[in-house]
Amino acid sequence: MKLKTALASATILAACMFGSAQAADLTVGFSQIGSESGWRAAETTLTKQQAESRGIDLKFADAQQKQENQIKALRSFIAQGVDAILVAPVVATGWDDVLTEAKDAEIPVILLDRTVDSSEDLYMTAVTSDLVHEGNVAGKWLVDAVAGKPCNVVELQGTTGSSPAIDRKKGFEEALAGHDNLKIIRSQTGDFTRTKGKEVMESFLKAEDGGKNICALYAHNDDMAVGAIQAIKEAGLKPGTDILVVSIDAVPDIFQAMAAGEANATVELTPNMAGPAFDALAAFKKDGTLPPKWIQTESKLYTQKDDPMKVYEEKKGLGY
Amino acid sequence: MNALKPHLIRLAPQFAVLVAVVLLISLAFPDFLKLQIQNGRVYGSLVDVLNRGAPVALLAIGMTIVIATRGIDLSVGAVMAICGAVAAASITSGHSLVYTLALALAVGLLCGLWNGILVAVLDIQPIIATLVLMVAGRGIAQLITEGAILTFNDPGLIFIGSGSFLGLPMPVVIWLVFGIAVTLLVRRTALGMLIEALGINRRASTLSGVSTGVLLVAAYVLSGLCAAIAGIIAAADIKGADANNAGLWLELDAILAVVVGGNSLLGGRFSIAAALLGALIIQSINTGILLSGFPPEFNLIIKAAIIVLILVIQSPRIRDLAALFGRSESAEATVKQEAK
Amino acid sequence: MPGNILGSEDIILSATGIDKVFPGAKALNKVNFQLGRGEVHALLGENGAGKSTLVKCITGAYRRDGGRLVLDGVDIDPRDTFEAQRLGIGTVYQEVNLLPNLTVAENLFLGRQPRRFGLVDARAMNRRAETLLAGYDLDIDVKAELSSCSVAVQQVVAIARAVDLSGKVLILDEPTASLDAHEVEMLFAVVRRLKTQGLGIVFITHFLEQVYAICDRITVLRNGQLVGTREAAALPRRELIAMMLGRELGDEIKTVAKAETEEGPVRYRFSGYGRRGHIAPFDLEVRKGEVVGIAGLLGSGRTETAEILFGAEKADSGSAEIEGKPVELTSPRAAIRHRLGFCPEDRKVDGIVGDLSVRENIALALQARRGWARPIPRAEQERLADQYIKALDIRTTDREKPIRLLSGGNQQKAILARWLATNPEFLILDEPTRGIDVGAHAEIIRLIENLCEQGMSLIVISSELDELVAYSHRVIVLRDRTHVSELVGEAVTTAHIVEAIAAGEKQGASR
Repeated sequence: MKLKTALASATILAACMFGSAQAADLTVGFSQIGSESGWRAAETTLTKQQAESRGIDLKFADAQQKQENQIKALRSFIAQGVDAILVAPVVATGWDDVLTEAKDAEIPVILLDRTVDSSEDLYMTAVTSDLVHEGNVAGKWLVDAVAGKPCNVVELQGTTGSSPAIDRKKGFEEALAGHDNLKIIRSQTGDFTRTKGKEVMESFLKAEDGGKNICALYAHNDDMAVGAIQAIKEAGLKPGTDILVVSIDAVPDIFQAMAAGEANATVELTPNMAGPAFDALAAFKKDGTLPPKWIQTESKLYTQKDDPMKVYEEKKGLGY
Repeated sequence: MNALKPHLIRLAPQFAVLVAVVLLISLAFPDFLKLQIQNGRVYGSLVDVLNRGAPVALLAIGMTIVIATRGIDLSVGAVMAICGAVAAASITSGHSLVYTLALALAVGLLCGLWNGILVAVLDIQPIIATLVLMVAGRGIAQLITEGAILTFNDPGLIFIGSGSFLGLPMPVVIWLVFGIAVTLLVRRTALGMLIEALGINRRASTLSGVSTGVLLVAAYVLSGLCAAIAGIIAAADIKGADANNAGLWLELDAILAVVVGGNSLLGGRFSIAAALLGALIIQSINTGILLSGFPPEFNLIIKAAIIVLILVIQSPRIRDLAALFGRSESAEATVKQEAK
Repeated sequence: MPGNILGSEDIILSATGIDKVFPGAKALNKVNFQLGRGEVHALLGENGAGKSTLVKCITGAYRRDGGRLVLDGVDIDPRDTFEAQRLGIGTVYQEVNLLPNLTVAENLFLGRQPRRFGLVDARAMNRRAETLLAGYDLDIDVKAELSSCSVAVQQVVAIARAVDLSGKVLILDEPTASLDAHEVEMLFAVVRRLKTQGLGIVFITHFLEQVYAICDRITVLRNGQLVGTREAAALPRRELIAMMLGRELGDEIKTVAKAETEEGPVRYRFSGYGRRGHIAPFDLEVRKGEVVGIAGLLGSGRTETAEILFGAEKADSGSAEIEGKPVELTSPRAAIRHRLGFCPEDRKVDGIVGDLSVRENIALALQARRGWARPIPRAEQERLADQYIKALDIRTTDREKPIRLLSGGNQQKAILARWLATNPEFLILDEPTRGIDVGAHAEIIRLIENLCEQGMSLIVISSELDELVAYSHRVIVLRDRTHVSELVGEAVTTAHIVEAIAAGEKQGASR
């Protein structure tokens, strides 16, 4: 074991010295924001899994929501001479210095999940989802699902003023544009939480003739949808049948609801940001191919036909 | 009847405000007052107000007592999150419902005991003492849930959040029963008077032989218990413990409920019933805003405007003015009577 | 009148027939006070005698309700302290009311800094500050922060500012309370210098030796009344104390037959009882039906004695016995369990629970002893309240009225009622007659005598010596937080008490 480690570090050392290496021998530093949500925990789990399956030695640092911790972690990665750095930046500004240091040390940096306000040449690429596109996918599904029949939609927004709330609303509205049979009749914030999602849905139901006037619910995240589903059931209606439910994120609990026929569709915000990042890195290390500045992750649509229980089982262990 | 009269006079302003708010909403939204029986339970916006107001109402019960002692408890929102997390963690690891509830309530009592000792024994200012748990508590809750929403499917626990009893949602039954129980506890014993004496003049009370230290600790323990019940209800309502969001900022709503209920932040005379009316006023405004269909950007502004209005109406200056008008009116009335 | 020895042209400030009424109490009753040019005039009296009320009426902090105020031959009626300052009356308090984070010079010229081009001319200000302080023999860095100076220097700076602002009358309110002997000398040097400049100086203090060290004349107030104004040199210390504490020397009232109780068994025995920093260890015995009076000047440890007996402050030495059995009186609760009661001196802070009704205030101690789980039924509370409102003649429109709305005397009676309701065997009364009107005064004294006849043991602290002599079987005299003397039976006279206090004072002065 000791011998193996020694050999491995010798190889890494050699790789550094000769400036060429294979993906299998890479050491990558990963500075994660923290574990403020289930999605974030899943991202961490998946990044570790991805690194392991590719034989990458992943050095993980949890910043506990603090930029100073992230900058410290990045400097320590640079000092250790890693082959690449993954960072999920907690804020958008204040990265210029440390990114320049990484660039001077010729260590490529890949941003995960969020972007920064620094010049594009300071990092190799950013792997993020497209929030507007997510809303768009959800909207398109609903357009197809109602197939031209008139449908009143109620919307549970995210926290007022947050970028996911703004962009997911925008994308959804773009998808609905030109389909006059679909109308958003009520839109209110549910703060991305189950409690508020449930409370606001209750008020929608009361305001719209006990829910008889509502044909579909669009929630900016699954948690609000889960809360709203309970409200619909308590009002004596059948979620998924009487009121269609479409939401975004694809957290495990929504698959349970889909399996029970209570939710209809969800758009995945994949926690697997590291996969595409490692692919790009491997390509770069192999023959110097530079990836595009923005790698958009797939916003995959899941419906009740996609064996939701199986997906649930897969996702359950990821730490959501 | 005579004994009731002062209580009714005390509650009159809050009752009037509640009626005014409800009428205002029903003008904009006539179905607000509609009640119907559905699946054996009463269904309607008014029931929603009672049901959604449950956490703040419960917190307001404990907060009223703490504020009466001239203190404040900022930690109740975080204690809600802790107790919800404890309940969820316990039930998902296979413990019985009774064990789970006992454990969550015990944790709430313990949190209250911690606050009480900081305030009564170490003599730390209440706002600072309870700030400690307010900040740390949510972190503790996150440790318990490991950052995720800890969901559960135990029908017994879920019943507490969304079941019904005699046609009323369980949370409503719980806060009504608990509110009445605490009111009886403080008013049928001497606790109420001793707490008021402590809040008005702690030193004079001590010199008169009142166990002020014990009473202070008890007040915070009660507040912790209220937060625990509210936390269990909040978790049971969504079948999961959300450490990040459960009870977030509710300590401020609870303080507001106590104040809207006409209780002084300087301690002393208190009324639990008035604080509960205050909680209902706040929840009516919340529900009314949701029903109104205004864009969500206006929610907080509308809420703030209505609350400022209520507080202005209750302010001592305005009350003095009103009393002045009232007196001149009654004086006129006497003059008229004499003229007859 | 002994006060009118000065010719009218020598008088700088003359207050005649000053009245001041507070709700429920007459704080000043036709008080006359005359201050000469170049005179240091002591204003003396116990707490609540009316010294500070008189000063506040003169400085405009209070509006007087009657009487004339003449400064330098002109009638004045200052609306606030600023106006009084402009007119020529400056005041310096015990707690220096300057700004510690500003420099000495800034403090001297705050609000009237010399200006140049609309900006503060710091150089001119510092120069003028140095000149001003040189007149006080004070050679300090005027650019230093005031907080870096000693309290004595701060006092002098405050005096310099007040004199520079006002220049006719200077009122010093307890200026020496936090100074050591050397600093006091320094301050007195300043006072003597100002005196030669023709200023009239009012000096309030409770250190009698300082009064004799610097004052020309002495005015004594008691219960809002003028007792008299005397030449300091012609007023023996004994007589001064008598003026402050009793009415007239030799005016002895003895009403209670006291002989028999001295033979009775000791019910309460405290031995070596004390607490460091509060009261030196003392021995005290109290018999059934006995009144023990405690006398002494302000700050002599009277209240400290009461608090330690009642357990409001824990004793750190000695032991307590009730009827031969050792007891622990470590908290008011414990003391109440052993049937003690305590009416504190500061009614507002330690006694009443302001927002609660008269009924609740009366029931409070009894309820506390019964415990929260055994509430006194409402009807019983009302009966209790009505009984004591009638028995003690508490004047209130309604037993449900908040007690803070009652006058001082009636509040005092309600607090007494609170303790009587607990049926105590040992009652400690700290200044039971302070700040209450004459009628209530007499009633409370009668009550003390009645309670004692019923077999209750009492400790009464009072600065009204004639009162104390009237009802006490024994009197303990305190000085410097030590029990110095105990007078028994026939020896209990105001003369003896005054002598005991004065003996101590002389000792204190000679140290």
